[in-house]
This record gives sequence, structure tokens and C-alpha cells, in this order.
Amino acid sequence: MPSILHTAWLDISESVRTKWFALYALVFGGLIAVLFIFGLTESRVMGFTGLSRMLVTFIQLTMAILPIFVLLSTVRSLVGDREAGVYEYMLAFPVSLAGWYWGRFSGRFLVVFIPVFAAMAISLIVGLFMGAEEIPWRDFAWYSALLVSLAFCFLGISFLVSALTRSSDVAQSVAFFLWLLMLMFLDLILIGLLIQFQTPAGIVVGLALTNPLEVFRIGAMMLFDPQLILLGPAAYIILDLFGYYGFMAYALLYPLVLGFVLAGIGYWVFKRTDLP
Amino acid sequence: MIELKNVVKTFRRTRVLDGLSLTINDGDRIALIGSNGAGKTTMIRCILGEYVHEGDVLVNGLSPRRDRIAVLRHVAFVPQMPPPLRMPVRDLVAFAARLCGTTQARIGEIAARMGLDIEEVARRPFLKLSGGQKQKLLIAIAMGRDADILIMDEPTANLDPAARQILFDLLSENLDKTMIISSHRLEEVAMLVNRVIELDRGRVVLDDRVEDAIDPGLKQKVRITLRRPDEAFAKAISEWGFTSSDNVEWSGVIAGPDRLRFLGMLARYSGVLAEVEMRELAREAA
Repeated sequence: MPSILHTAWLDISESVRTKWFALYALVFGGLIAVLFIFGLTESRVMGFTGLSRMLVTFIQLTMAILPIFVLLSTVRSLVGDREAGVYEYMLAFPVSLAGWYWGRFSGRFLVVFIPVFAAMAISLIVGLFMGAEEIPWRDFAWYSALLVSLAFCFLGISFLVSALTRSSDVAQSVAFFLWLLMLMFLDLILIGLLIQFQTPAGIVVGLALTNPLEVFRIGAMMLFDPQLILLGPAAYIILDLFGYYGFMAYALLYPLVLGFVLAGIGYWVFKRTDLP
Repeated sequence: MIELKNVVKTFRRTRVLDGLSLTINDGDRIALIGSNGAGKTTMIRCILGEYVHEGDVLVNGLSPRRDRIAVLRHVAFVPQMPPPLRMPVRDLVAFAARLCGTTQARIGEIAARMGLDIEEVARRPFLKLSGGQKQKLLIAIAMGRDADILIMDEPTANLDPAARQILFDLLSENLDKTMIISSHRLEEVAMLVNRVIELDRGRVVLDDRVEDAIDPGLKQKVRITLRRPDEAFAKAISEWGFTSSDNVEWSGVIAGPDRLRFLGMLARYSGVLAEVEMRELAREAA
């Protein structure tokens, strides 16, 4: 078994015993449980159409929770490990730096993705057993793919921040600032830019397209509201530019590529600087 | 052979290694001493390929940074501070065994000699072990593999006298290996080594050969008579495994390399000491 798999397994073994993971799993498990109760209530009136709606709500909440959770927990544990001497000891074993870095990335990806995915999957299975008329398998597949992309992207950002910073306080502050910045540049701020500063539409759309949170948001909304009535002007222009399937492909690929590129830069920095 | 040629390591504006040059030959057993901030840990991290630096570090002609796997296959390391790993002991042992080309059973055997039953603690997070158990496990992982170079940063910290004796025994069985044993105090490791290197502000200020005066595996039988029973002394000497029927006459066995350390402890109670007798035990008797 190559060192990447050893390290991935080790990271999983380490992460699942942390407090942040317990809280993370609890938040998503609890979220789906709470939403399910509402879904069930709704199902008495309208059949089981509530399951799709519940997934939409879940994915919207995930967009708010997952990025900040991934950012803070990842930079805290990676930089914290370095400060506490974990790197000093573990990297004295004959493990390649690539195996170590990408192994941790892979392990962390599974740790981050599986609870969210499992929460969604369990909700559908429970719905199936409770006699739901229509299980939204298609939405489930799209949301899962979007979540892979989102988790990958924010892990990439986290690994880059961890490689660039030497103290967990600084790393957490940078991570929080980045998340805030992306949150600010969702549609509402973009509308503000358009109106207040008469910023050219091209720049506003460009900003929207580079913000992985906005891309995820539009992608997730488009699945149940293809006209994007619920979203702002930037999303509307984007839909015109890309078309439905074009944008879905972009929403899946862009965060994935961005995450990979940022993690790659992080690796480049990691192997050229002090390890512990 | 380990060669450091004009190695400079700077953290922000502090020069921790200041043009350090050193050759460590195969079979050298080095006591690396120096005060805090002298550069001991930094030097060790450079040899392990963990720091980028100016100058060259070569281990058997290879750069530990560029050829890290080839170099680290030959290097076993025990850190000063056990890392706060949450993974279960069995996962750590399995990881180490797979990467280092050894078996978990072999690591388990060494751990058992040190007084740690790996099976008993296999499911416990490493972090939850006591300081002594962690140190024993890290030593077992380092000694339970085929490495030509042993690097130990304060290896006797957290070990009780019995475990220290086992460590000395293990080291004495590996005298053909190159060893770098870092310590704040020379008396901790003096009997194990054949060369002493002292660092100060990132430079070598002492590089001296030491005669192999004592077999690190030897033990000494000690008998102590007190002027009167003393509670504090009884507590201190019990930690060395000594026994007494009347709290006046005490007897026990100490490891040869622990002599100076033991005498240092006795010195604190010189006021109540009436007689001290130390006799070297033959290996079989020990």
C-alpha cells in the first residue's frame, strides 16, 4: 500500500476522534433530523413532495455551514499539528512528502464529505421506508456531486492557508477572513456594486463566477428553480451566458479545479519550507 | 556517515545554527549536549531533512531533503516531546511498521521489554497514555526496526529507573549503530557514548572522544546505610526500586549508565547518609 493510503487512513483515524468532527457530524445529523420532522409534517398535506424541498433546504444550510467548518477545522488541525510536534515525529518516518500531503488531503476529504453525504442518503432511505411517493434521486445525485466539489474547493483553500501560515491563530484568522469575503460577494453585495458604484456588469459577473460559494449557490438553486427567480441579477446573467447544462458543468468543475490548484500551490510551498 | 558542512539556519533574525560543520562517522555514539537554544533540536531536524537551510547535510552521501525516503529508511528517531496523536496505539504501530519495513510483533517485543504491553493499550488513543508509556512506545518503534542511525532527543525523560535500565540494555545491544543522543545534561548519557559534542549558539564548542569506560548494559549493586530513618529519602530511593526492612539499610540495583544520576540524587541526602557501597555486578548476575 503506498504511503498516500497509509497517511489517508491515519488522518481519518486521527480526525474521527477529534471534537470538531463530533460536532460536525452532530450538526449535519441533527440538521437532517430537524428538517425531516418538518418534511414529514408537510408530507401529511402534500404527499411526500417535502423530501425534495427538504434536500433544497439542507443544501442551502450546508452552503452556510460546510465551508466555514472545513476551513476552520482543517487549518486549526494542520497548523496545530505542526506546532505540537506531530510533523516533527511523523515526517521522520520514510514517507514521501507527496504521500503525506495528498494522503492527508484525501483522508480529510472523506472525513468532511461522508457525514454530509450520509445525512442526505439516510434522509432518502428513511423517506423510502416511510412510503414517499417520489424519491428525488436525481437531485440527490446532483447535490452529492456539488458537495464533492464544494468540499474539495474549501479543503484546497485550507491546505494552502495551512502551508502559508505558521501559527494556528493566524491561520484561523485568514481562513475566517476568506470565508467572510466570499460570503460578502454573494448576490446581495454584487447588486450593491452594480447600483452604488455602477460597476460594469462584466466585472460583477466575473466576481460571481470566481466565488466558489456563489457558483455552488447558483448550481444548487438551479436544480429546483431553473429560471433562478430566487436569485439576483448576476445569477440571471450567468444563466443566460452558460445555459442550464453549461452552468451545471461549470458549477461542478470550477470549484474542483480551484481546490486542486490551490492545494497544489500549498504542496509546492509545503515541500519547499520547514516541515515542523 | 553524516556530514554537516557550514550549515546555517535562521529563524526570522535569530541564527540558530551558525555555520555548523561536523562529521559523524559510522559507529559514533554521540552525546549532543548544550543549553536550551544551543541548536541541538535544529541540528537533528536538519539531519532528518525537516528544515531548509544553507550549507549541506549529507547522510550516507544523500541529501535528507531530496532523497528523504532513502535516508529516513536508515534513521530511527525518538523526539523529546511525544506528539499529541489521537489515533489508537495500534494504528500508530501499524503505520510505523509498514513504512519502516518491520513487523508489529517486533515493535511489540521491544515494548514488552520496556514494560509496555501493546495489546493492552492497542485501542487507546496515544494521547491518553501516560508520559512514560508514550516514551516507551516511541522507543520501541525506533528500536524495533532496522536502522543504522539512532537519533534520540532526551530519550530518558519520563522513564522510570527500570525502564531506563532496559533502554540502556537495548542501546548496549546496538553499539555498532551510529547514535546521536541529545541531552541537556551530560551525566544522563555519558556512559552510553564514545564522543561528546557540545553546541552553543549554533556552533560546536566541544568535540571530544570518550573512552568506552563502561559497558552500558552493566548493573551495580548498591547498599546504603542511613544515620536515621528519613521519610523523604525513603520516597526518593523507592522510586529507584530500592527496598528496606527497617528504613535504615537500603539495597537495590542500578544501571551502570545511571551511576552519575543516582549519585546526584544521593548527594541531596548526604546529611543522613552513614555508608554507601557500590559494587559492579557481573553480566550474568545482573
